[in-house]
Amino acid sequence: MSADTATAHDVGHPPTNFGISNTKLGMWTFIGSECLFFGAMIATYLLYLNRTNDGPTALDVFDIPFTSASTFILLMSSLGMVLALDHLQRNNIRGFQTWMLTTALLGATFLAGQIYEFTFFVEESFKLETSPFSASFFMLTGFHGIHVTLGVVMLLVVWALSLGGKFGPEKAEAVEMIGLYWHFVDIVWIVIFTVIYLIPVG
Amino acid sequence: MADTTEDHTHDHPGRGTYLEIAGILAVMTTLEVLLYVFRDALGRNVTTPALIVLTVGKFILVGAWFMHLRFDAPILRRLFIAGMALAGAVFAVVAADWFLAATGPGF
Repeated sequence: MSADTATAHDVGHPPTNFGISNTKLGMWTFIGSECLFFGAMIATYLLYLNRTNDGPTALDVFDIPFTSASTFILLMSSLGMVLALDHLQRNNIRGFQTWMLTTALLGATFLAGQIYEFTFFVEESFKLETSPFSASFFMLTGFHGIHVTLGVVMLLVVWALSLGGKFGPEKAEAVEMIGLYWHFVDIVWIVIFTVIYLIPVG
Repeated sequence: MADTTEDHTHDHPGRGTYLEIAGILAVMTTLEVLLYVFRDALGRNVTTPALIVLTVGKFILVGAWFMHLRFDAPILRRLFIAGMALAGAVFAVVAADWFLAATGPGF
């Protein structure tokens, strides 16, 4: 692509072939590959949905009201993330720090809910080795949980750096990349909540 | 870099819009839960398509507004759609296997 093809909203962006920063392009390529990763895991879950080996089924173990609350918390953390970026771009560091910490805490709350849920499942004899269904469930939601954990760590690191005065508007792109990752994790959960929890039980 | 940041601020929506989108997402999640609560009265033929529509809607809202796909360069949208298409292809293979195992000779 030549510079001539750059659209109006690319004006002011780095002079790369696509008119966007290589960091952003790399992040979106990563997110595209993650779609395939989670798509394969969700497909595997659906394939094994009925292979319970006489163990607990989705209907037996899932607590929809509890997971709904967790889903709402993760959705609202996405709002916190965009507000944090917005504050940073407007050079409101205090607001940025507040929303970064809020987002991290909401993510940590979601993780605490997932740990509680897993503990409850194990007590109900719904374990990783119980059946192909349980294995695919734990693999999918567990990998999502790992993604959330990494996101929370990144958010807290940036928040801590900003407290030391090392994060200003000049680092907005780095925060935007973390935000893209965070929103992607949220988007994946939106799909998991419906396909894994609501549809099989409904 | 400072120029880039300024342009982003102009391109991207403001806080009011973000709050509106979050409100819509909250309402859609509430609708999903209500569909689950009234699943026996509504029946699976209603709840499953409705849940899928709501999920797609939430997915698009977060992608377009919170991830700024609506405002950023089209190449980013294409990258994301390519990933989704690959995931869809995997999904289609699994669905075909599922269907054949249930109705035909299977693999």
